[in-house]
Amino acid sequence: MHVYADNAATTRVSKTALDAMLPYFTEIYGNPSSLHSVGQEAKEALENARERIAGHLGCQPREIYFTSGGTESDNMAIRTAAALGARKGKRHIISTAFEHHAVLHTLKKLEKEGFEVTLLSVKDDHNITADQVRAALREDTCLVTCMFANNEIGSVLPVREIGAVCKEAGVIFHTDAVQAVGHLPIHVKDDNIDMLSLSGHKFHGPRGVGVLYIRRGIAPANLIEGGGQERGKRPGTENLPGIMGMAAALDDAIANMDAHTAHVTALRDKLIAGLSKIPHCVLNGDPVDRLPGNVSFCFEGIEGESLLLLLDAKGICASSGSACTSGSLDPSHVLLAIGRPHEIAHGSLRLSLCADNTDEEIDHILAVVPQVVEYLRKMSPVWKDLEAGKRQYITP
Amino acid sequence: MALYSEKVMDHFMNPRNVGSIENASGVGEVGNAKCGDIMKIYLQIENDIIVDVKFETFGCGSAIASSSMATEMILGKSIHEAMALTNKAVAEALDGLPAHKMHCSVLAEEAIKNALKDYFDKNHIPYDPADFPELDHDELHEAVHGED
Repeated sequence: MHVYADNAATTRVSKTALDAMLPYFTEIYGNPSSLHSVGQEAKEALENARERIAGHLGCQPREIYFTSGGTESDNMAIRTAAALGARKGKRHIISTAFEHHAVLHTLKKLEKEGFEVTLLSVKDDHNITADQVRAALREDTCLVTCMFANNEIGSVLPVREIGAVCKEAGVIFHTDAVQAVGHLPIHVKDDNIDMLSLSGHKFHGPRGVGVLYIRRGIAPANLIEGGGQERGKRPGTENLPGIMGMAAALDDAIANMDAHTAHVTALRDKLIAGLSKIPHCVLNGDPVDRLPGNVSFCFEGIEGESLLLLLDAKGICASSGSACTSGSLDPSHVLLAIGRPHEIAHGSLRLSLCADNTDEEIDHILAVVPQVVEYLRKMSPVWKDLEAGKRQYITP
Repeated sequence: MALYSEKVMDHFMNPRNVGSIENASGVGEVGNAKCGDIMKIYLQIENDIIVDVKFETFGCGSAIASSSMATEMILGKSIHEAMALTNKAVAEALDGLPAHKMHCSVLAEEAIKNALKDYFDKNHIPYDPADFPELDHDELHEAVHGED
């Protein structure tokens, strides 16, 4: 059995999305900036996609900027608020300790440019509260940027409340909603969001395409210079096939959200209940306010990469918070941010589900993971020390 | 699997000499939690020959494969041959490791040296301390991965 349970990393492009893209490679392949009919047909399609996406987010089409994806949108949003802040002498930014690196590394760069950054602790409940944001606000705060939902541990943040606090204080609020769009109901006006990043490939659209919503009244800062596309704020010939695929995927995701959420949440809860029976493991992330498809655990006495390789050999595609897989040997900053010690943060497993996953697949995962964990523990000197009482268990 | 060579995957999926030896002649443990690798080697030595060797490893795929390969390379060899085992030889025997995983082969070499030192100490066999340099793991970590 082959089980793909890494949908937070990327999703399979749906047939609807693919079908929506194909004509824009070979039939309506014109440049939307061209005056001839093929170009104008492309332009119409582009504006139609923009309208549909704006409708789904609850904003105006002119507030939608097409980008290359979540990372670019995050960079552009933060740079936009920083530029506006700097003009007024406001150089303080509030964010959280478990943001994506697209946010954290941009903030780090801004620190070198003279900005001050407050990263809110996520140790309590693996989440933040609007009160934490309120307490961190200063006279010179120019931006609050908090993700909508965490990519590794699935915590869903109280975005509407955070947005209300920012609105009251007159501070720009950006949310990296890459993991949330298409999976959770979002309405930028009702949710008090000034800027929002999304990425097409997290809801069965193509990769290489995303959106930055910027509320009217906030002047976007260019990351690159060029022609007049996206009203000159994000120049470069539009990735029309990508945009059409993303719009179609989002149409699908929004239309089927209730059904998908019910199905995926049931699978998630079954998986969490089943994996919780493995001795000495712990669930990461907010147990209540949680993405429908996210399952994240740490297992004591084992290391994540070997777990992933063995699961892969048994047909299960998963991922790990352990950065061992990504080159550095430091464990995930997210797991460290929620207070997991290094030893246990190395033994993490993330399974991220989508509507295509089945009950049989969950049964397969629940049959395989306990075996693999036990196998690795048998050869682990750390586990042996834990069992012998030479090391203290961290989990109950 | 492009992440590792076939040899690494073979030694990871079917590790040789997993386990422990009761009343071993020498035991060596290296690594730390920060790096996410801990390796423990048990040696049974008779007449200067390694007649049995077992390992236990907490770590990634290449850490387990390096332990497995290293134990296979010293089994039946003399303690002098085992002393001469280098991390490079372990990595080469595995048809190479990714650059950021070379650290794992270093741990394997160190674990064996540590176990031999334990054997020398227990049996009051004189040795040159220069053969057993103390490696600082934080330094090693930085040397392999850079700071941060």
